[in-house]
Amino acid sequence: MKITEEMVDYVSVLSRLKLPEEEKGPMAAELEKIVSYMDVLNGLDTSGIEPLSHVFPLKNVLREDAVAPSFDRDALLKGSMGRDEEAFLVPKTVE
Amino acid sequence: MTWETVIGLETHVELATRTKIFCSCTTEFGGAPNTHCCPVCTGMPGTLPVLNEKVLEFAVKAGLALNGSITQHCKFDRKNYFYPDLPKAYQISQLYLPIVRDGEVTITWGDGNHKTVRIHELHMEEDAGKLVHDPWLDQTKCDYNRCGVPLIEIVTEPDFRSAEEVIAYLEKLKETLQYLGVSDCKMQEGSLRCDVNLSVRPAGSQELGTRTEMKNLSSFKAIARAITYEAKRQIERIEEGKRVIQETRRWDENKDATFAMRSKENAQDYRYFPEPDIPPIDISDAYLARLWKEMPEMAEAKRDRYQAQYGLPAYDAQMITSQKALADFFEETVALGAEPKQAANWIMGEVLGGLSARALEAKDMKLSPPTLARLIALVKEGKLNRNTAVKVFEAVFDHDGDVDAFVAEHGLEQVNDLGLVRETVKQVLAENPQSVSDFKAGKEKAFGFLVGQAMRALHGKADPKAVNEALRAALAE
Amino acid sequence: MELTKLTALELGKAIQTGQVSPAEAVQAARAAIAAHQGENNAFITVTADAALERARTLTAGKAAGSPLWGVPMAFKDNICTRGVKTSCASKILGDFAPPYDATVVEKLTGAGAVSLGKLNMDEFAMGSTSETSFYGAVKNPWDLTRAPGGSSGGAAAAVAAGEVWYAIGSDTGGSIRQPAAYCGVTGMKPTYGTVSRYGLIAYASSLDQMGPIARSAADCAAVLDLIQGRDSRDGTSLPGEYGNLLASLTGDVKGLKIGIPADCFGEGLDPEVRKAVLAVADVLKGRGATVEEFSLPVMEYVVPTYYIIACAEASSNLSRFDGVKYGWRAEDYEDLTDLYNKTRTQGFGREVQRRILLGTFVLSTGYYDAYYKKALQVKAVIKKAYDEAFEKYDVLLTPVSPTTAPRLGESLSDPLKMYLSDIDTVPVNLAGLPGISFPCGLDGQGLPIGAQLIGPALGDLTVLNAAHAFQLETDHHKQTPKGGDAA
Repeated sequence: MKITEEMVDYVSVLSRLKLPEEEKGPMAAELEKIVSYMDVLNGLDTSGIEPLSHVFPLKNVLREDAVAPSFDRDALLKGSMGRDEEAFLVPKTVE
Repeated sequence: MTWETVIGLETHVELATRTKIFCSCTTEFGGAPNTHCCPVCTGMPGTLPVLNEKVLEFAVKAGLALNGSITQHCKFDRKNYFYPDLPKAYQISQLYLPIVRDGEVTITWGDGNHKTVRIHELHMEEDAGKLVHDPWLDQTKCDYNRCGVPLIEIVTEPDFRSAEEVIAYLEKLKETLQYLGVSDCKMQEGSLRCDVNLSVRPAGSQELGTRTEMKNLSSFKAIARAITYEAKRQIERIEEGKRVIQETRRWDENKDATFAMRSKENAQDYRYFPEPDIPPIDISDAYLARLWKEMPEMAEAKRDRYQAQYGLPAYDAQMITSQKALADFFEETVALGAEPKQAANWIMGEVLGGLSARALEAKDMKLSPPTLARLIALVKEGKLNRNTAVKVFEAVFDHDGDVDAFVAEHGLEQVNDLGLVRETVKQVLAENPQSVSDFKAGKEKAFGFLVGQAMRALHGKADPKAVNEALRAALAE
Repeated sequence: MELTKLTALELGKAIQTGQVSPAEAVQAARAAIAAHQGENNAFITVTADAALERARTLTAGKAAGSPLWGVPMAFKDNICTRGVKTSCASKILGDFAPPYDATVVEKLTGAGAVSLGKLNMDEFAMGSTSETSFYGAVKNPWDLTRAPGGSSGGAAAAVAAGEVWYAIGSDTGGSIRQPAAYCGVTGMKPTYGTVSRYGLIAYASSLDQMGPIARSAADCAAVLDLIQGRDSRDGTSLPGEYGNLLASLTGDVKGLKIGIPADCFGEGLDPEVRKAVLAVADVLKGRGATVEEFSLPVMEYVVPTYYIIACAEASSNLSRFDGVKYGWRAEDYEDLTDLYNKTRTQGFGREVQRRILLGTFVLSTGYYDAYYKKALQVKAVIKKAYDEAFEKYDVLLTPVSPTTAPRLGESLSDPLKMYLSDIDTVPVNLAGLPGISFPCGLDGQGLPIGAQLIGPALGDLTVLNAAHAFQLETDHHKQTPKGGDAA
């Protein structure tokens, strides 16, 4: 599988990573090497096999609908480098 | 050329659970920013979601009421995208195995029109936070109180052809979900929001045109106007030889127009995959059977029953079932012995009048069914006349109260002493010779005046029918 | 008494009998950290003062039910500790101090554990050498020019160097077992779901599991008794009976059926490792176990399957680190997208970025079916192969890693080669199984070799007991690195 710089750009935008120009080529090459290796899976016929996302057959883990006190707001906000006394702050988003 | 508008709806409905979908924070509306939050719903590292059992129950009930088929092995998936109202940068939702598929709803509108709208799917998901721009700071504030509030998203097939049909569907949906008790559907608090997908095509064509999506419409009025506007805009474009662009558009309430939203800088690729933190849900036949049993009688069934069982006119049945709380109130009042038509009259008249004067919804009413039932009984027993009963009603409406005590305290009990009535009538005739001769000269109006005089002399407490009869008798003498 | 030579259980006993006070134990740990931190860089944050204060409040009388009451330990830095910096060895978390404790932290605190701080690791647990830390590489106490393994390299190095008596690490594809092997200590990844993940900063949610690194299988059993159990805050935690591992360790392996998958002893395996691991079979045979070679023909698929699933989940799990709510935020951004891009590009190291990009790729439109879905299908095949193996055998014996500890810098130049060295550990995570890594000898250069015993789901006791039997018979686990004693 060929990984182009355009593909690296596409996944970079999706993952909000902006690689410096000079790193795109090497990253594409590294990813290509890894992805090509992953193609070994194509050697295994998996038709008809149900994808296994949860390894154990645990089911229906539910919580009772009972209110617990919410958290101290200051404690939640404290770790942010962009906040005021009541909210997290980000650059203008509203159109 | 005539054009046909084709509309599909995605409706987000907030569920009426006490707590959020994946943590125990309250879902209460409002609250100072970020005070209904915890590490789970603010997406702190290391925290994990655990599903609220009521969310599952409410979603299944909604699915049953919408005649859908329940996915008995269902899962959650992650929808990945960056936006500051989504603190984990993924929304836990359902893509591959939504809880409900293939439902249908029959809607009626206008003068006896009706059709069946197909529900493509219904799935559970979490709400995002609220972003508020602060002009002083020139920054956007992120308030996560709404993060994790449980939603169901109900997606229809493109089965609507007009704003009227859409509104009829939403009314029906709202009524259904309120009757189930799974949502209060308060649009002003954002607990029912709509995305409208709309395209136009030449009438008779089977192909779908290019659609646009209008997001987050939050009142019936806005929905109707947005549909009208957008259909017209698309038709005009096509007639001018231009093409409709598939895009998301924003309805501007003030400008009465839709505007293209700035397209995000990249194509949407949500990279859905199964949520590893939440084990799958298996819905057993026993669980379904239990929920079926718990399903309340829906509005339509009540309307039919009220007509058949209580002999109410269709109009009355419609009015009383317009709010579930009102129907419940009616049934309890009747169960306490009130004659159904009498109860219906009181509810459609005084009760709805009282609510409307106070801008209240039926579920917030203080007046209790025993109070109304007692009032109706007092009238029936002849202990109160209807007019006095209305006065008592007004007095107890806001806080409820003991009707008998009120009547006794204010000496309102009806005068049933016929001797006293005849006596009073005689006296009134003697005092008003002019009216008596007017009446005898054929002026029917004078009779009304004499009745009024007699009632006044009896402090309004007599049975008007008895006064009438006594007066006619005396005048005929 | 030379405290740093004791096992955790021995120290716990000395504390219970009043021979040693928790404060004295903390002082010994503090001295060992002071002696070694400069050379091995095992800690990111040392909380010795707080530990001493806490130790003074612990009275021996409360030790009932916890054989590790008062014993100094430490947590890997991806485990949330209330009010104490938790960095995942990443710049992007800055000085993040969570306002809550992980469930394991709560449980151990309740059991009288005394934490000396937070241990260095590969950034976000992504790596096999503990060299990708923003806080500098960890060095192997056996040879400071070598890597301690990863990603729980700080945990293994600190235990090996005698700085703490045990540590809690995390294992997504071998991150407890492989550094334990490289550092000559015992490490256990329990059955998925038996230790609550609440408060473990996720790398790959379906594979992550926390567990102990200590000096013996018995120590590991004692720690697991304290941290296993169903947690209502973790939907994937398994219900069941917990807490009897230590009491059930008999060392009796008579009739135990050991399977040796030939596919794990083929090409690429260092002959010295091969010899030492197979010698474990002989020792257990001597105690009554039976040993049989068999074929496990899924080994060529385990590494790609693991990396597809782990990177896909990581790309989603690590999206929340965006500079908005916690941790480090870039300066001089122009708008929201720029804030995200700058914070994440400058805040994550290269290996983390590579895995995020890889994970994003395998989930993206057009590739999901070919990679992610395919990997989930192969995972089902791998699990089935292990299920079938456990119909015939009670435990499987394999190497932990094809080689002993590599030189620093050697692995980073070729990521694929590094990924491939995880072949013996990753299938255990894919199948959710318990696996223990324990020392079984030294190679010609004096570096520890690790053996791995793998059990069926919830067979934690079986693997612990087999390793315990080996440790009753041998003293490989008692070897310590030269200069490994506290000053």
